[in-house]
Amino acid sequence: MGLIRYFATDKYAVYIWGSYGVTFLLLAAEVFMLLNRKRKLTRHGTPQLASRDTRFETSLQEIQ
Amino acid sequence: MSKNRFNLYKYAAPAHFYPLAGKLIPLFAIPSAILFIAGMYVGFFVAPTDAVQGESYRILFIHVPAAWMGMFLYVLMAIYAGVGWAFNARLASMMATAISPTGAIFTFISLVTGSLWGRPAWGVWWVWDARLTSTLILLFLYIGFISLQSSIDDPRRADRAGAVLALVGVINVPIIYFSVQWWNSLHQGATITKNSFKMAPSMAAAMFILLSACWLYSIAVVLARVRYIIREREQEAPWLAEATA
Amino acid sequence: MFGWLVWRDLILAWRRRADVLATLFFFIIVVSLFPLGIGPERETLRTIAPGVVWVAALLASMLSLGRIFGNDYQDGTLEQLLLTPQPAYLVVLAKVLAHWIVSEVPLVLIAPVLGVQFGLSQNGLAIVVVSLLLGTPVLSVIGSVGAALTLGLRAANVLVALLVLPLYIPVLIFGSGAVQASVTGSSPQAWLLLLGAMLIVSLVFAPWATSAALRISVE
Repeated sequence: MGLIRYFATDKYAVYIWGSYGVTFLLLAAEVFMLLNRKRKLTRHGTPQLASRDTRFETSLQEIQ
Repeated sequence: MSKNRFNLYKYAAPAHFYPLAGKLIPLFAIPSAILFIAGMYVGFFVAPTDAVQGESYRILFIHVPAAWMGMFLYVLMAIYAGVGWAFNARLASMMATAISPTGAIFTFISLVTGSLWGRPAWGVWWVWDARLTSTLILLFLYIGFISLQSSIDDPRRADRAGAVLALVGVINVPIIYFSVQWWNSLHQGATITKNSFKMAPSMAAAMFILLSACWLYSIAVVLARVRYIIREREQEAPWLAEATA
Repeated sequence: MFGWLVWRDLILAWRRRADVLATLFFFIIVVSLFPLGIGPERETLRTIAPGVVWVAALLASMLSLGRIFGNDYQDGTLEQLLLTPQPAYLVVLAKVLAHWIVSEVPLVLIAPVLGVQFGLSQNGLAIVVVSLLLGTPVLSVIGSVGAALTLGLRAANVLVALLVLPLYIPVLIFGSGAVQASVTGSSPQAWLLLLGAMLIVSLVFAPWATSAALRISVE
């Protein structure tokens, strides 16, 4: 892999590897966050979504 | 009505789309990984050294696809959101929500890689040229969409509000781009000489392979995410218990 | 009905004068912060004046956006207004006009005074006023889309800023570009014409998006 050694000594190496490094890091992070989401779902069950209209709820409280 | 006729419309229902998406994910993820490796190989071992920029131009192989993905995914997101709003199709809106983080990440990648390419090529980390500035604004549009949807509790209101925002954004992107371009041309103090860049066929090939890899990756990731969105929103549905058992 | 709605909003705003004046003072303070942060050299100030005045106008406009629909949403009047046979488009236009008169026009009137602080020439001051006159209605009407989308949400103010600032950018570019052109001696005509075009287009299309967003938020 002589070419890789060549790149390591090239003055642009930091930028090139930095770019590809950041790219794959972020893409891996995205996949990781997805797996995390799956883990949360299967472990704790589906989260409760608040689909109530909170505005009317407070006015109901005022009436009572 | 023949029952044996293949009905594509049934996949508009989350219940049917969920298992289909599950089967499709590996079909896109594995080729994507292969194409990433292939693209990197062509980009680093086949494409020649550039006469002007040396090796640093190789950053473009990932920068250009990332920028295009950011833009295409935004338009796709707006289309899905609009369809979901116009036809009251929940799954379409869920797709829009699923696309948004991937699009934002690609836009961010294109900004970072663009900056890292600009440093050796132009000598500066950031320039306010039309394309970079418009990409930054595109990132803001993505963040706005994601923030709006995550601060609305009611899922249907979040879907529709996101649709309005995405459609307004999509109409504004050309306006923003041209206004920034004009602004830039009038403030042309530090002239950035656009390198007339001769693309060898192997360079174009590397870029194309990596672009395809990004598309396949995006499809796989979006399908996975929309499955989780379906699970989170359709919790009451009986089919879900069977499907995830 | 249109006139009545505008008048009603004006009277309601008059009763809450403090809110309106707060926006104006925010504008004045923000503009005054820049020389304090950058330094009092005349040449520097003259260069940054167009941008500073316009950015401050943008920020002040954004702060006031919650007021377009916020109060009516909280006491239920907004729902009633949407239920009337009047098209929601006109309701939105009326409220935006009232908001513009109350929140934006004071900015336009005080801007020349602030421009003098930055050493702008008479020509520059005139163009500041004209560009703001053309641009602030655009800010109001585009801002109304953001205000309608974020009705009743927690942290709505910050969210509106996030949504609306990218859409404000062309207005900022054309508005401060016009002032800068007049300061450097070239003609601001092209910039002002573009601002005018934006004004017409946004007045025609944005209220439609706002009324759609209102229906989404109110249901």
